[in-house]
Amino acid sequence: MEIKLIELFNVLVLVGILAFPFFKIKGRGIITLSVITIQVLIASIIAISVFVNGSVEYAYTGSFITGLIPIRVDYLSAWFLLVIGFTFLTGAWYGIQYMKQYIDQPSNLTLHAVAFIVLFTSLIDLCMIQNSLVLLVIWEMMALSSFIVIIFENYKADTLKAGINFLIQSHVCILFLTFAFMWVKVKTGSFDLQAITIYTASQPALIGVGLFVFFFIGFGIKAGFVPFHTWLPKAHPAAPAHISGIMSGVIIKIGIYGILRMLMLIKTDMITIGYFVLFMSTLTGVYGVALAIVQHNLKKLLAYHSIENIGIIGIGIGIGCLGLGYHNQVLVVTGFGGALLHTLNHSLFKSLLFYCAGNVYQAKHTMNIEAMGGLLKEMPRTGYLFLVGSLAICGLPPFNGFISEFFIYNGLFDGLQANQFLVNLFLLFVIFGLVMIGGLALICFTKAFGIVFLGTPKVETRQPAFLEKHARFFPMFLIALSILVIGLFPILFSAPLLKIVALYQPVVGPVGRLQMETIFERLSVVGWASLGFIALMALLYYVRYLVVRQRQNLEDTTWSCGYTGETSKMHYTASSFIRSYRKLVEPILYIKKEKVEAVGLYPEKVKQYTHPGDKLERWLIDRPILFFRTVLSRFTFLQNGNIQTYMLYGFIFIGATILIPLIISKFSTLVSFLNQL
Amino acid sequence: MVSFLLILLASLFFMGVIIRTKSLASGRKGPGIFQPMRDIFRLLRKGSVFSKTTSFIFQIAPTAYFASVLMAVLMIPHGNSPGFISFNGDFVMFAYILAFGKFLMIVSALDTGSSFEGMGASREALFSMLVEPAFFILMGSFALFTGHTSFQSIFSELHYGSYISYMLGGLATFVFVLIAMIENSRMPVDDPKTHLELTMVHEVMILDNSGFDLGVILYTTNLKFAMYGAIIADLFIGVLPLWFSIPLFIGIQVLFAVAVGLIESFGARSRMGHNPQFIFILTSVSILIFFGVLLVLGKFI
Repeated sequence: MEIKLIELFNVLVLVGILAFPFFKIKGRGIITLSVITIQVLIASIIAISVFVNGSVEYAYTGSFITGLIPIRVDYLSAWFLLVIGFTFLTGAWYGIQYMKQYIDQPSNLTLHAVAFIVLFTSLIDLCMIQNSLVLLVIWEMMALSSFIVIIFENYKADTLKAGINFLIQSHVCILFLTFAFMWVKVKTGSFDLQAITIYTASQPALIGVGLFVFFFIGFGIKAGFVPFHTWLPKAHPAAPAHISGIMSGVIIKIGIYGILRMLMLIKTDMITIGYFVLFMSTLTGVYGVALAIVQHNLKKLLAYHSIENIGIIGIGIGIGCLGLGYHNQVLVVTGFGGALLHTLNHSLFKSLLFYCAGNVYQAKHTMNIEAMGGLLKEMPRTGYLFLVGSLAICGLPPFNGFISEFFIYNGLFDGLQANQFLVNLFLLFVIFGLVMIGGLALICFTKAFGIVFLGTPKVETRQPAFLEKHARFFPMFLIALSILVIGLFPILFSAPLLKIVALYQPVVGPVGRLQMETIFERLSVVGWASLGFIALMALLYYVRYLVVRQRQNLEDTTWSCGYTGETSKMHYTASSFIRSYRKLVEPILYIKKEKVEAVGLYPEKVKQYTHPGDKLERWLIDRPILFFRTVLSRFTFLQNGNIQTYMLYGFIFIGATILIPLIISKFSTLVSFLNQL
Repeated sequence: MVSFLLILLASLFFMGVIIRTKSLASGRKGPGIFQPMRDIFRLLRKGSVFSKTTSFIFQIAPTAYFASVLMAVLMIPHGNSPGFISFNGDFVMFAYILAFGKFLMIVSALDTGSSFEGMGASREALFSMLVEPAFFILMGSFALFTGHTSFQSIFSELHYGSYISYMLGGLATFVFVLIAMIENSRMPVDDPKTHLELTMVHEVMILDNSGFDLGVILYTTNLKFAMYGAIIADLFIGVLPLWFSIPLFIGIQVLFAVAVGLIESFGARSRMGHNPQFIFILTSVSILIFFGVLLVLGKFI
């Protein structure tokens, strides 16, 4: 049955796209929505049946180039099918409302819709196909279709620039993957991914680790690990809101899927890999959030936060690898379990936050945090949903972010019981990093929520008030509900997570199984405690309500040291909110400042601009490119536009191709002649 | 259960002892020990003035803050008898629950649209971020030391065998005292008695709260102090029987309050810009404790 479903899933795309020419733009929107909805339903049915009946495996014969094309849907694939499906479902529902503004660009919208469907299909197929050549082709389809959906507003120069940046970096990613797959193909002669297991198991550990590093760089570029993250903060602000949400929610997660899949396949020294992944991830997490705080573009801020969350997921993966290396059951479960759960959680709250940012953008036509304020009164539903997303992303109970972070903390503290000095030292470093990430996220989201939604508007706008239509909020409330449900009843996910984690350790005795289950019991306690916390808060608030109702309550202006003039200039700005933090990190980060100070008797208006930059991007991308350009610009005299010179180059080239072999053969004859003397 | 009642009891007199110590140290007689609680009750009976700029966030934040601290108190054990909520890894939830309350307080300060309160909020967010690693590394060291990861099992297993472990207990006390001072915005970081909004941290955040809400916030501060006092007491109680541990608990709370009063009487507030450096000292002390634990356990290479 699953085979039929998978085929139906892929055929639906063709049916949908072929139907496009026969409908007007509204009809095309409805087709897109229904195709995606049906596809998500099919994908979920496949995933659930895999979780119930065990994994599905079959193969197509393929051509003489590709060889056998095996399709394997195991628990890991099924988990990602569910995560990707849910985010695309909400993304499509939200996107259709969001895109109504652009109804006057029908051809652009159609292209967007086609690319959207292709993107979804290729992402789902990537999780199922296990032939490296076909995988690369679909990976390319995914990269191209995401490029098209990102550059929807292609008439803006910035958008196009960000899109091209994305396109180039995706191809660097594909290059690394091609290298790695070619390596395996050349050594084993097979495109089947299981060849990796056979190959690495028979080779020394160094080869396996090296192969993993290639895969890690390839998938890491997609996932946004530091220092391969530079495309993320550029592409997210450029894309429409639903695409940003989907990109941050699931497209970068396909990189995580790749890494998890490779860890399952590669059989080598897991300890080294564990340390490597842990180090990279901690760096990623701290660097991402440290830069997120200084951003004043709401979408850019959220994009840097995706990098941070990839770091947290990576920490989970690293702990899991250490567990595999040291044969520690608890570490394997908490590490991989935490990483998988955080993948789901992040896709939920990050898409919610991006959809909220989309609403803000359509109301204010800007993403500059400094220009906003007091939006909670204008758009309350967006505001409170943003608050839910912020609390969840900071990892605060009773929301879902806490569950996965708690999982990972458990792994870290249980890992401390291990008897190796090096492990302890490393885990200390990771704990420090993870705690810093949590604290910095708190600063970042109090800033984002407080400055954007609270206080008073800082810039007077004459735009009509934003109407919060119901249809737009249906997917957002759906996400908020799942955030809360995961936060309160994490035990719902214990069975699927246990099944996935068991894939990494095929042989688990009854003792190991028991240990795994006790870890999940802890989570259910956390859920109940969170529920109790909500009840306590509600009860106390009710008491307060009863008491305060009886008292005399007045309304007045905000107290400001005796000064009663009401002006929004009094409101704290985002730059001042993070000023002390900025001073602290200025030596590490790169922040460009422009200042106009008050000088003389009649000073001009005082101004200060800060432009947060990315130091790693400057070192690793901008500087080398600048170097290449200066070197290559020495040779611009060759390209002088003169047709005669170009013909001369042609003659020189032809002459050289004929003469050089001739000269070499003569020379070698001479050498051999001299040798005989 | 025992610890919950004891902490509530301690929270009633804690602030009074601090104020009494401060007044005695400066040569005054000072108010009675229960005066701060009387002030709070007076506030609870008063009406409030709400700013026109504020929204529902401002209404719920003080209650949520109080609820978060209360929830955290429920997790604190008393020696061998566990708190209401106790499970492996509960100290992670303890820290995150406190952070939840803090998040809402910071956001509610920004809700008023005042620049003073934004300033306080900014500082509170930064300082609490900096203090967090100290707590986690300290608890991580104890988890390593005892082999357990819940408050109750850590504290009941904590025993002092060698001289180094006494030193660790002393250092841990030092760290917890300073964490309590920073979390409550007391002396080396912030001066609660300052008259100038520009130099305040916590006080300036709650400038617009009045009446019932202000009373709740002030009581929450007392409760928070008593909660940290209870953690410090737990470092020494271990598996002692209740008839001995309860007087010891009260004694440690009073000592802690007197120490806070003395620090505030004879210390000076550090410059705002130097606070981050000061707070990082705590993290380095916790790392010292971590290595100390490794030394005691013989895992140090």
